[in-house]
Amino acid sequence: MSTGEERILTYAEAIREGLRQEMQRDESVVLMGEDIGAYGGAFKVTKGLLEEFGPERVRDTPISEIAIVGAAIGAAIMGLRPVAEIMYMDFLPIATEQLVIQAAKMRFSSGGKLRIPLVVRTQYSLGRAHAAQHSNFFPAWYMNVPGLKVVTPSTPYDAKGLIIGSIRDDNPVLFVECAVLYYGVKGPVPEEPYEIPLGVADVKREGSDVTIVAVSRMVHEALKAAEELEKKGISAEVIDPRTLNPLDRQTIVESVKKTGRAVVAADDCKTGGVTAELAATIVEGAFDYLDAPIVRVASPDMPIPFSPPLENRYMRWAKDIVEAVEGMV
Amino acid sequence: MAKLEIEIEEIGEVSVQEALSLGLTEGDLLRMYRKLVELRLFENRVEQLYLYEARIQGTAHLYTGEEAIAVGVARAIEGFGYIVSHHRGHGHALAMGIPPKEVMAELFGKETGVVKGLGGSMHVAIDPKRGALWASAIVGSGIPIAAGAALALRYRGERGVVVGFFSDGAANTGAFHEGLNLASFWKLPVIFACENNQWGMSMPARKSITCGRVAYRAAAYGMPGVIADGNDVLSVYKATKEAADRALRGEGPTLIEFITYRLKGHGVYDKATYRPKGEVEEWEKKDPLPRFEQKLIEAGITTEDRLKEVREEVAKEIEEAVKFAEESEVLEFDKLWEVVYA
Ligand SMILES: Cc1ncc(C[n+]2csc(CCOP(=O)(O)OP(=O)(O)O)c2C)c(N)n1
Ligand SMILES: [Mg+2]
Repeated sequence: MSTGEERILTYAEAIREGLRQEMQRDESVVLMGEDIGAYGGAFKVTKGLLEEFGPERVRDTPISEIAIVGAAIGAAIMGLRPVAEIMYMDFLPIATEQLVIQAAKMRFSSGGKLRIPLVVRTQYSLGRAHAAQHSNFFPAWYMNVPGLKVVTPSTPYDAKGLIIGSIRDDNPVLFVECAVLYYGVKGPVPEEPYEIPLGVADVKREGSDVTIVAVSRMVHEALKAAEELEKKGISAEVIDPRTLNPLDRQTIVESVKKTGRAVVAADDCKTGGVTAELAATIVEGAFDYLDAPIVRVASPDMPIPFSPPLENRYMRWAKDIVEAVEGMV
Repeated sequence: MAKLEIEIEEIGEVSVQEALSLGLTEGDLLRMYRKLVELRLFENRVEQLYLYEARIQGTAHLYTGEEAIAVGVARAIEGFGYIVSHHRGHGHALAMGIPPKEVMAELFGKETGVVKGLGGSMHVAIDPKRGALWASAIVGSGIPIAAGAALALRYRGERGVVVGFFSDGAANTGAFHEGLNLASFWKLPVIFACENNQWGMSMPARKSITCGRVAYRAAAYGMPGVIADGNDVLSVYKATKEAADRALRGEGPTLIEFITYRLKGHGVYDKATYRPKGEVEEWEKKDPLPRFEQKLIEAGITTEDRLKEVREEVAKEIEEAVKFAEESEVLEFDKLWEVVYA
């Protein structure tokens, strides 16, 4: 990805840099959300941007999720490229009608007359002991919405390239960040702006015995699992779809055709979740190549408990993936 | 105890003479009359097409009785205004200059329709080049979108104003509260145009608007609240022009409650038996069309014969629109994939 002296950034810094560079490049990029200005955002992702770009471009709003997304939509159809921030994914259902029933239908219901270059950024806080109303991750709800794109970056490199790609995209994009990754992962990030187009998966690690398709935080668990498995003589390929809609089905299917086995892993609940779509994709595209049933590593179908040991037990980790693979080889 | 001061500006009926002093010409008044007729005859024809000829499917919410609002607003913001419409939007589309044949073809679901037959009745007022930005079929949801469109104007320093249309029922949604508050917070050039037609389906506004008047709510958001006669096109024009001037001066949003009446049922198939006896008849006396006709004739601007000619011309145009719609084709299904994403 990069050569020579690599500059290492956190995931949060990478997103901030992507936002900053797009704001420098394009005057029509405007941020709006709760406490994103002087406060710097609940997770400090927008820290310093108010100082650099001023209050016309970094707009603090009242606590009004409907109006944040609604106003961003109105600005987008008038030609701005707004980036709205919804502090927690748990608050997004309040504005979901705006995103799903308004923004996602506008291109279509206008017979192609409207363009909606809108990004809604949000994050999920699973793993931070924030309990059942501040930890949710439910990207599958939004994958089910034609007209909307859904992006779930896992690394600093991807986060920067994908936020730039999302801002430049002329469609409404839901950009779901992962809070434990903000300052929990670091990685090489080129200084110059670069765009990762939406809909292209990334092979995070090559392998030949099993394919692990993982999303957001679970990509890191999958990579740890792959190392464990290597010690046991099992070669795992790790694929990060990076965007859930459009979903790069071909990369996933091709990998499974090669390995003959698949584990799919994501932080949302199992029933009706992302892993269901990933598994279905594999069944549709590579059924004849499967040497074992697909295993889904997903969150249990229950609300998220507060108590840290319980939350820890609730979450899925590298060991769950290792176990799943061991059960199929 | 703290006290909330509520000051409402009431704009009653406006005379022709006053209208002329506000900058309208006699030609403008005649064009506005023609538009009122276009909106009325269009809806009359649509009602027939649904009920007696069964040539259109789905549903339609007729604008009958409320025409003065769309026509007065459109004239007041002509050249610099945008609108966000809602489910009762045929009149908004026509008032913004979308040709009747495109609106009719949309109702017929044809590719020559304003949005290619993909929107239908609840999405006819969408034509950005004519200032019609969007029409939400979800009650209230257009309100914050209108605010956001106004934000874009302000941000780019463009001279313009956005009118967000909605009715009394929408004034009870969360989107109304958030949208008005945000618009006031940012002092956006937006006019919240409440078409209080007395009913939200079968819910009377006199019950659902718990503080009595939609316009009172403006005080809660620190913006001017205005009540205008929504059945007098000149009252509508005056109220909208004042609000637009305020917005253009950078003084932020206005909430205008246009008092009007939904002369028909909620949708074409609704017989509206829940309405008290005599109510429709009372409001028919305030029908915006005869009222304006009378004013124009009394002011000596035109004659009954001339107005009759106008009505006949418009009726012919609408018949042509029906023919155009009927003869148009339906979009090929595979073309739909082209408009799911940009
Ligand atoms: C959020 C939402 N709830 C309910 C409906 C169903 N519905 C459509 S129009 C309507 C009544 C709306 O009343 P009002 O806002 O006064 O508008 P009007 O029909 O009088 O123009 C209802 C309940 C809807 N479309 N959206
Ligand atoms: Mg109503």
